[in-house]
Amino acid sequence: MGIALTTLRSFHGGVHPADNKSLSAHRPIERLPLPKMLYVPLHQHLGTPCEPCVKPGDKVLKGDLIGEAQGFVSVPVHAPTSGTVLEIKQHTVGHPSGFTMLCVVIEPDGRDMWRSDLVGIKTPLQVDPSEIKKKIQEAGIVGLGGATFPSHIKMSPPKGKVVSLLLINGVECEPYLTCDARLMQERAREIVLGITIMMHALQTKECVIGIEANKPMAISAMRKVVDEFQQIKVAVLPVMYPQGAEKQLIEVVTGRQVPSGGLPIDVGVIVHNVATAVAIREAVEFGRPLISRLVTVTGKGVKSTANLEVLLGTPVQDLINFCGGLTYKTKKVIMGGPMMGTALHNLEAPVVKGTSGILALTSDETTFQQKEQNCIRCGSCLKVCPIRLMPCEMAWHSKHENLDALKEYNLFDCIECGSCAFVCPAHIPLVHYFRFGKISILAQKQADQAKQKVKERSQRKEARIAKEEAEKERKKAEMKAQSDARKAQAAMTAAQQTAESKPSETAKAETPVSQEAPTSGGTISEDDDKSVRAARAAKAAAAARAAKEARDAKTDAN
Amino acid sequence: MSQPKFLTSSSPHIHGDNSIAKIMETVILALLPASALSVILFGWPALLVILITVISCMATESIILRIRKRESLLSDRSAALTGLLLALTLPPQVPWWVCVVGGVFAMLIGKQLYGGLGSNIFNPALIARVFLLISFPVELTSWPPPVPLFFENALTLMQSVQIIFHGGHLGVPALVDAVTSATPLGQYRMQVSLGQTVQEALGGSYGFDYFNALGGYMSGSLGETSALLLTAGGIYLLFKKVITWHIPVSMLIGCLLPATILNQMNPGTYPDALFHLVTGGLLLGAFFMATDMVTSPVTPKGQIIFGLSCGFLTYAIRTWGGYPEGVSFAIVIMNIAVPLIDQYTKPAIYGRRLKKA
Repeated sequence: MGIALTTLRSFHGGVHPADNKSLSAHRPIERLPLPKMLYVPLHQHLGTPCEPCVKPGDKVLKGDLIGEAQGFVSVPVHAPTSGTVLEIKQHTVGHPSGFTMLCVVIEPDGRDMWRSDLVGIKTPLQVDPSEIKKKIQEAGIVGLGGATFPSHIKMSPPKGKVVSLLLINGVECEPYLTCDARLMQERAREIVLGITIMMHALQTKECVIGIEANKPMAISAMRKVVDEFQQIKVAVLPVMYPQGAEKQLIEVVTGRQVPSGGLPIDVGVIVHNVATAVAIREAVEFGRPLISRLVTVTGKGVKSTANLEVLLGTPVQDLINFCGGLTYKTKKVIMGGPMMGTALHNLEAPVVKGTSGILALTSDETTFQQKEQNCIRCGSCLKVCPIRLMPCEMAWHSKHENLDALKEYNLFDCIECGSCAFVCPAHIPLVHYFRFGKISILAQKQADQAKQKVKERSQRKEARIAKEEAEKERKKAEMKAQSDARKAQAAMTAAQQTAESKPSETAKAETPVSQEAPTSGGTISEDDDKSVRAARAAKAAAAARAAKEARDAKTDAN
Repeated sequence: MSQPKFLTSSSPHIHGDNSIAKIMETVILALLPASALSVILFGWPALLVILITVISCMATESIILRIRKRESLLSDRSAALTGLLLALTLPPQVPWWVCVVGGVFAMLIGKQLYGGLGSNIFNPALIARVFLLISFPVELTSWPPPVPLFFENALTLMQSVQIIFHGGHLGVPALVDAVTSATPLGQYRMQVSLGQTVQEALGGSYGFDYFNALGGYMSGSLGETSALLLTAGGIYLLFKKVITWHIPVSMLIGCLLPATILNQMNPGTYPDALFHLVTGGLLLGAFFMATDMVTSPVTPKGQIIFGLSCGFLTYAIRTWGGYPEGVSFAIVIMNIAVPLIDQYTKPAIYGRRLKKA
């Protein structure tokens, strides 16, 4: 009936990395004990960073707002536990370059007390969808699969767009990660409750939960709950990385492709992660903001593995300590999955809304210091690219900074899944080159915009000068005309005195002079060319204005 | 408390176990059965030709890399593979200096002057063979008939060394000159141009036989021998996913389709497709030469265009050209067009196809 296919399609390419999920798949979800200190970054989502709304010394309760959203593409940040705000400072976050970010440092008081005024919607399926969306926005919910796109935006499709399918992402195609699988296994009902709320909010009649076949326990748990709902189905997908990427999942389940540069809603689909569904349910039914998430701690470099429920802002060190620490063989610590995650410099970085895993990888697991060789154009990267790009060509052009060629090869359609670099026999860090290329293009764009601004400013200045000149000329002409008129009047009075004319004529001669300078010139031949000059200057100013308007219109159109 | 130091690098943090050396080794492995058969069929001289060519390729590569102050990359096996491929395009009793000149040309002019592995335009083995064929036509077109090892009249190792290193000047000239014979393709072109029909040219005293051809028992280059073993090697490469079907299949179609059509129209002048398939270097070219990654297109569509063109050019040269065999020329000519083909066969990316809809 709906747009979900009964037989699944496949997407182009993809790879089969060893999934290593058995390291942690059997670990039930545990709650990490309250850490000594929390470092809550004010920018945990895709979009504008938050502004802090607490000051050092403030007492906060669990769920209190500590960072206010700035604009529509932004979500608030809340206190993950009760305690005292010690300071608001720059602190290391999970970034490959070791960047810092503004974080609210909270010392927990140990009571872990919720604020008392949280209210949920008791009957979420009967309220107006806008109320649900408001709750989601207030709760600071973002896509928990890792992209951290604000969920309320996805829940507010533009007018005229119909959501015909809600697609729930339980694929978890990244190797090692098991927290989504555990969530489906242990909290299937909560997920489905979240789904029903989302379906109501989106007014959607169909929902498919996509799960890869390597999670049989999750599949059976979800099926058991879903059986009670006619509109929700579980789709078991063959294992293939990167199937959990939004566009690929949509292609597999619906056979449709999201237009390049478009959004899933353009093909009538909204995709949410399973963990997001639970967060949405908590927010809508209990009014609880997003203050914790599930994190898989795994890898051969950690003494024991775990699937932990962790307060946002908890330093990675606390998670590692809980799991018995690192072995000396650990070479890399990764936040996220091994294909798309970020390598950490140290363990001070806090868990954020997008942290799905902490991997401690040993030298047997992670490849490092592989020497980059020349591309032999084997075409392996083309075969695995889920977007059908030409990674080898793109890497070459990135390396040589041929930015126009990069755009031609659709660099910005790259989802950075890493499949190409995974298979490359020459060990070329392709994704690294693509990031460099993207940043170079963005930098160029910014430089161009800055240049354009300077140009516009100077043009405006020129126009203004021309206008002032014209004004000056006009005034001069006016003054001259007036003085000439006065002279004429004097002459006339003199003549009057001699000829004894009527006084009314002087008034007649004066009036047009003060009103319209150029015409006054008509009376005295000397003023002719001056007034012409003034008129020319005025014309030039008008032309400059018109040109500027045309430019503005052009930039607007762009 | 000291923080442990971790490696940081861009994602992905895990990689498959593929490497250039592995690819090259797989191709060499796929070529070994056919190479071994050629040694058995043509005796010790064939082994010497292969060894000399491979060694001169590897030595040249090694010396040039040292001069270019690059790390020695012999470990990537590409020089060895080029050497083997070049040897397989040579006649079985070619003098040693031809092998050395060919090896040096392949590595120096064909590969390193362009910037080394990955940067060359032409397939190094084939450009070297074309160079040798044009420069030393006599040496490159002396085809002794197969004299299998351990059979009656088989050459001893000493005789073989004399043939390869002293040629016809010292020692055993009669052995070579007395018994050279035309390759099937050469025989067909020569006799048909003299007015005979295909059947007359290949039958009679020449005695062309499809079964012998399948097994490789005929005159020709080392690698033009067993159609069966070459195909087996090609299928192994397909199975190992080192190559895809696009180039070999389209190249075979490009050659065999016009062969079939013209043969149907005039069987007296044009031999059938099977003859084209099992003689000459078509299979070696289709599975091992045209599929050279560096010098073939990367897009599937481009590979088909490239393969069809290689196949058709091969047929055209064999039928109307100045040489009886055209595989090397066809592939080298098409190598030039590869960047252009790739440029115009970019795949339709995800979400672009439907954008305007």
